[in-house]
Amino acid sequence: MPMATASSSLHGTAAALHGVGAAASSKPRSAAPVARSVRVAAAARGSGSARARGGMVARAAVAANAVAAAESKSGGHELLLFEALREALIEEMKADPTVCVFGEDVGHYGGSYKVTKGLAEMFGDLRVLDTPIAENSFTGMGVGAAMKGLRPIVEGMNMGFLLLAYNQISNNCGMLHYTSGGQFKIPIVIRGPGGVGRQLGAEHSQRLESYFQSIPGLQMVACSTPYNAKGLMKAAIRSENPVVLFEHVLLYNLKEKIPDEEYICCLEEAEMVRPGEHVTILTYSRMRYHVMQAAKTLVNKGYDPEVIDIRSLKPFDLHTIGNSIKKTHRVLIVEECMRTGGIGASLRSSIIDNFWDYLDAPIMCLSSQDVPTPYAAPLEDATVVQPAQIVAAVEQICQ
Amino acid sequence: MAAAALLRRIPAARAPPTALMAARTISDSTAPLTIETSVPFTSHIVDPPSRDVTTTPAELLTFFRDMSLMRRMEIAADSLYKAKLIRGFCHLYDGQEAVAVGMEAAITRSDSIITAYRDHCIYLARGGDLVSAFAELMGRQAGCSRGKGGSMHFYKKDANFYGGHGIVGAQVPLGCGLAFAQKYRKEETATFALYGDGAANQGQLFEALNISALWKLPSILVCENNHYGMGTAEWRAAKSPAYYKRGDYVPGLKVDGMDVLAVKQACKFAKEHAVANGPIVLEMDTYRYHGHSMSDPGSTYRTRDEISGVRQERDPIERVRKLILAHDLATPAELKDTEKEIRKEVDDAIAKAKESPMPDTSELFTNVFVKGFGVESFGADRKELRATLP
Repeated sequence: MPMATASSSLHGTAAALHGVGAAASSKPRSAAPVARSVRVAAAARGSGSARARGGMVARAAVAANAVAAAESKSGGHELLLFEALREALIEEMKADPTVCVFGEDVGHYGGSYKVTKGLAEMFGDLRVLDTPIAENSFTGMGVGAAMKGLRPIVEGMNMGFLLLAYNQISNNCGMLHYTSGGQFKIPIVIRGPGGVGRQLGAEHSQRLESYFQSIPGLQMVACSTPYNAKGLMKAAIRSENPVVLFEHVLLYNLKEKIPDEEYICCLEEAEMVRPGEHVTILTYSRMRYHVMQAAKTLVNKGYDPEVIDIRSLKPFDLHTIGNSIKKTHRVLIVEECMRTGGIGASLRSSIIDNFWDYLDAPIMCLSSQDVPTPYAAPLEDATVVQPAQIVAAVEQICQ
Repeated sequence: MAAAALLRRIPAARAPPTALMAARTISDSTAPLTIETSVPFTSHIVDPPSRDVTTTPAELLTFFRDMSLMRRMEIAADSLYKAKLIRGFCHLYDGQEAVAVGMEAAITRSDSIITAYRDHCIYLARGGDLVSAFAELMGRQAGCSRGKGGSMHFYKKDANFYGGHGIVGAQVPLGCGLAFAQKYRKEETATFALYGDGAANQGQLFEALNISALWKLPSILVCENNHYGMGTAEWRAAKSPAYYKRGDYVPGLKVDGMDVLAVKQACKFAKEHAVANGPIVLEMDTYRYHGHSMSDPGSTYRTRDEISGVRQERDPIERVRKLILAHDLATPAELKDTEKEIRKEVDDAIAKAKESPMPDTSELFTNVFVKGFGVESFGADRKELRATLP
């Protein structure tokens, strides 16, 4: 059994996983700045259903950095983010024969970002399926397969291509559990790289989290480190709900040491990256790194920002976020979505609805510009939020 | 003839009709009967099945009963809609019953069926009951989707009926996904993915067919060609209305969709083919008497003569009635009695469905997510109505 720490529990998730029909209440969590990471190994491995019946209790890392791996009993191992995703896939596919992967070039080619490299050799052509370039239909097929009890993982080679499958994702994936009165579950994972890359052009630099966020029934998470990439991928595969996992084109080669033992991350929890006192900075995916870069400058200037990687884009982890706001009273959101209708817009709205009384300053939101991403490098840089802007924003908020 | 020997019929001059009516029963013989389909099958890159269909008197009478029940249900739904008890969209299947009934006769409940929004009768064919159907149409708790789906979202998981879909054509990739799961699990069953002549022009069908053919999935794409995509006639929407040929490298069969025996034969053939060789396309030449939905009178783009002409000459129930009478399997009076029973059954079901209450407001938030594995929230901020966060 793992080295469990007493207090952190997850919004009733633990209880819910053990079959107790928990209401949405959860135990209070302190926003303790002590970096602690808790991992729980899976209980009995075996059939998918045995696992599903409560073998896993998921806990999030409070600080996802080297501390996590350092506490690992056997030292951990270093790998790149795409390898972490791959490890997650391999572990889940070994454990549960109903897990399969659909996507373009995921099989023989090994995946355009190598996330599925070697899987076709390991698991065969029936479980790692090279699809033709037909997003609408292979996403629909994934939903159909999920309705019939498989657990497909559908890869969009670039998230932007999944716009072609929007109808399947919205109407079938998101809504079938509801419109069938609960008869069908859609335990599908839809994943792929998105975000602004290096001069990939407008159509290959899209941020679909803003388009998908209002689809009812869909859960969305964004990974940002090898540790949370592996953990979130595993959790997404095990979830009975449809989950969209947003990866980022520029983060695949991040290197980190992750634990050797099995672990998963909670889908609905945010990650405390850097505890602080002066301002709460909420971010996710690649912008986390811009924020941390800005944080170095801010610390030199005497500021103490609290950085939270929200990870869960739908639903938001308002417990972690709220506790932080209650402490700092100032909020800056840094995201890569467009200003209009982005995740930041919804987050701002949720914070105002829930934590208005705790705010000492208007919530600031730094987002990408409402323009198609240009090709030329300086223009592309100007499209997204840069560390200097983050520093300036914090200085403004903390006046 | 063997069939005649098994008949139970009252010779006219024997005893007072009323007393004997009660003792007499319609034929329930299971002796085989071979009947020729109305027209031969037309095929595309495959040898068509024989025109001679084996059936039994019992089966024919079941066909009559099931189709009459479906017909009656749809007509009753029409009245309920006009009485404003059913709202929104209501797409009726009367005229097309032979497809639902013939298909069901050829397959088992382990095979899967998925269709679009004209799904009430397929739900019944898959074992759905009248009360759940009417309750769902009226948005009540006793409905098959708990009142939350409506006319276009009937499902029956335990009978492998996957709905019930409102977006034209989107169910076909889902159907190929079901077929994928069947192959993945080595089930030796097939999936029938139904769509209309309007949906036949959707790109995702060709995508799904390509993948099904590549991966040799047991998918059977069934085009219920009622010749009108809502208000647009097929010749105005499709350059090539030979839908059974649209599979190109995938075999196809054109079937008289108003002949329940032809449908049964074709579906049996298709299932054997699909499980062994991969996808096949079936085109059912059928017709709907109602308009596209209850908001469409159905007469602005076709003549009343056409509608009544089809009803005269090709009505599926009348065809079976003629067969039954020609083979002396029942008397006209007995069939009329069956129809009366059915009418009462439907009326009773409607009355029972009306008793079911509307869903409770709390049902608004159930089944958005599967509870117990994490998310219990409904929006980005986890709020349910006006609950406060702890």
